[in-house]
Amino acid sequence: MSEKTDVPGSVKGAELSRAPDEAAKAEERPKWDNKVQYLLTCIGFAVGLGNVWRFPYLCQVYGGGAFLIPYLIALVFEGLPLLHMELAIGQRLRTGSIGVWTSISPYLSGVGVASMTVSFLVGLFYNTILAWVLWYFFHSFQNPLPWQSCPVNANRTGHVEECQKSTAVNYFWYRDTLNITPNIEVSGDLQWWLVVCLASAWCIVYICFIRGIETIGKAVYVTATFPYLVLTIFLIRALTLPGATIGLRHLFTPNWETLKNPTVWLDAATQIFFSLSLAFGGLIAFSSYNPQKNNCERDALIVGCINSATSIYASIPIFSILGFKALSNYNDCLNGNIQLLMNTFNIADGNITEENYEKWLRHLNSTDPNQVAELDLKTCDLQALLDQSASGTGLAFIVFTEAVIKMPGSQVWAVLFFIMLFSLGLSSMFGNMEGVLTPLLDLHLVPKCIPKEIFTGLICVVSFIVALIFTLGSGNYWLEIFNNYVGSLPLLVIAFFEITAVSYIYGATRFSDDVEWMTGRRPNLYWQVTWRVISPLMLLVVFLAYVVVQAQEKPTYEAWNPDYVRNSNTFIQEQTNLPTFSPLTPNVADQQRLVVCLEFFSFPGRHHITAKTSKSSHTEAWIPIFIKYKGEIQKKAASVSTAYVDIFLY
Amino acid sequence: MWTVWTVWMVWMVCLVPTTSEALCTEDDGYKVRLSIKTALGGDAYEWNESEMFFFKATLAFAMRTYSGGEQYDVSNILVCDETLRVSFVFVVTKPSNTSELVPRTEVENAIKKSRHRINSAFLLTDQTLDFVGINPTLAAPIQYDTPPWLIAFGVVMGLVCAGIVALLVSTFLNKKRSKKSADEEEAGRGNGILCESIRGKDGLFNQGLVDDDRLTKL
Repeated sequence: MSEKTDVPGSVKGAELSRAPDEAAKAEERPKWDNKVQYLLTCIGFAVGLGNVWRFPYLCQVYGGGAFLIPYLIALVFEGLPLLHMELAIGQRLRTGSIGVWTSISPYLSGVGVASMTVSFLVGLFYNTILAWVLWYFFHSFQNPLPWQSCPVNANRTGHVEECQKSTAVNYFWYRDTLNITPNIEVSGDLQWWLVVCLASAWCIVYICFIRGIETIGKAVYVTATFPYLVLTIFLIRALTLPGATIGLRHLFTPNWETLKNPTVWLDAATQIFFSLSLAFGGLIAFSSYNPQKNNCERDALIVGCINSATSIYASIPIFSILGFKALSNYNDCLNGNIQLLMNTFNIADGNITEENYEKWLRHLNSTDPNQVAELDLKTCDLQALLDQSASGTGLAFIVFTEAVIKMPGSQVWAVLFFIMLFSLGLSSMFGNMEGVLTPLLDLHLVPKCIPKEIFTGLICVVSFIVALIFTLGSGNYWLEIFNNYVGSLPLLVIAFFEITAVSYIYGATRFSDDVEWMTGRRPNLYWQVTWRVISPLMLLVVFLAYVVVQAQEKPTYEAWNPDYVRNSNTFIQEQTNLPTFSPLTPNVADQQRLVVCLEFFSFPGRHHITAKTSKSSHTEAWIPIFIKYKGEIQKKAASVSTAYVDIFLY
Repeated sequence: MWTVWTVWMVWMVCLVPTTSEALCTEDDGYKVRLSIKTALGGDAYEWNESEMFFFKATLAFAMRTYSGGEQYDVSNILVCDETLRVSFVFVVTKPSNTSELVPRTEVENAIKKSRHRINSAFLLTDQTLDFVGINPTLAAPIQYDTPPWLIAFGVVMGLVCAGIVALLVSTFLNKKRSKKSADEEEAGRGNGILCESIRGKDGLFNQGLVDDDRLTKL
């Protein structure tokens, strides 16, 4: 279906000669049953896991309401123009990504191939995340929930050691689910339960994808709308929980100072870009099944605005629940302290409450400061607990699961939450798979004798086999690599080439004529300016800034290592071989307390990491350190933060 | 004689409390902490002498159950160091000899055995009725015949596989049916006339070859 569109001459004349040809080919090409299916599919593709677990985190870290400003600016000047361009070009040229770019210029076919490759690779790890969601979903039908308490050790005297040192939720995620190895170099075995969950995830994708858009179109009626239902249910429930207003205030309080920080703008631009699933080729594929006379401008505006609105809408229940969790933890911390005080000073039970705790503490401190100091009371800081937010899998599988066990009726909320995550991810998977399938079909690589069902099955089987790497013990580390490097920089490159190809090689005027022919209205000045100048420029700046920021830091990843040797004569001096964290300025050589400046990869809060001891010691041993977050976080880049922390060795 | 007996009685009366006080130490017994208000909130009961009597009786019951019938009585439970926290120390004396203490380990085992009964008697839990030094035995992990997650997995996968098989079968059936009708269409055309339309008839009446001379034949 290669259409020679580089024939000079009037557009109308060329079209007239193409019309009967296209009419014949249009009969062969599958099409959407109705407009609603097409819109729901595009919305489902754009609205994915990132709307739930990335946007609220960014909003909270970058000063709440103030983040909406760079976000909306990025949407208007980068997101919508690119979205409109992809939908229009797919609709006009009626082929997948490879066909479209080859039509514009044979030298650009690499852009299409790159799109297809990125779609395939992203599909691999994205479905693994869905496999993890399925695992948690299957485990939500138990009472009590398995991540509620630590498992008991062999002789029933206490809990399993690894679990006691961290939390039950962490243990369930890192040990029961992932069975994670200490670092990426240790591969571990295939974890059979993850293989089983991965197989079921791919089977579910297959059944929806089996006939291409025929079956996808039916599936999206459920997968694209169900998350909104669950979000509404969560919203109503979350707003009635104690502490919800604390979380919401924390989320939306604007901190206008952050706008001066250039990384905020960078993060907003990248967030909008990745959130709309641009440059995957999936949107081009979906719109290529449209009739040509379709108002793609309105579609782009609808999809773009609904995507952003969903992000904001999802952040409300998420942060209400996080506020509830923070308040719950704060109360637990206070009650622990109150218990200690009551037991030591023999104060009547019930006299010290959360309200008069401060007063009592001051009174006891004045009468008996030594004994109070001996007690080693924990500092309960609500703000610090609120700052312990997370994004990505950390939010879903650690933070949120911990919040769910504190809510009454935990099983129901857990089931609802994981079904919602699954349907959000599934509708995004459709876009990834279509981004692979449509170009392959258009290239006529598939012999006629193989029916489409077998071909889609083949794609699913091949993807499943390659994705088995993510079910190894070190699978999570591999997934982090894919997540950070496959789904980020290549997309920016592809998108840049896309927009310049359309604006300058195909010709923006010609493209505008095409859009006018399709929608009946010529694209106005806003589209003209953004397509020609603003969007390519913004993409170039974002790309360069991203490269500069990434190049400045050494790549790191968060590791989980429970093995340790107690060695009191060692202290952290240098961590040259450790891929996890790198201290920049080690300070005090105090054996108990060391204040260093660390870089780490993910969210602030409790981390369970290991560090190698100094070279000068006789025995090299791995010591686990609990890093308690304390102090300010300075945001340096998208996913790397610097913090001054206290490390407590034991 | 009478005076000697009186003096001995007075001495016994004065000594017994002191000896019992000397017996009741935390090293020989256990400290107990009750958090009634934390456990029951508004329904909390007042801790008074009667409650303390009840507690001693419960402990005596626990000792009787563990020792298999030895006649422990409320007087065998000695309590001291009572505080407003509601915490106190208790020791258990042997019923046969009230100046001898039951070893700590026996007391611990007795309490562990009847812990649930003691908790229920006071409407408290392992955390709110705290015997300092006696850790609550953790509940055994629930053993399932089939882990519930496999059941959920089986249900979901069953439905999905059934769906896939149904879709594949329907595709092949559709293909066969359309292939059959396409074959019939192609085979059943001659001169632009469908075979089906003349099936059952002896042929089509061809007007061009009609012998129309029955009227004009000579």
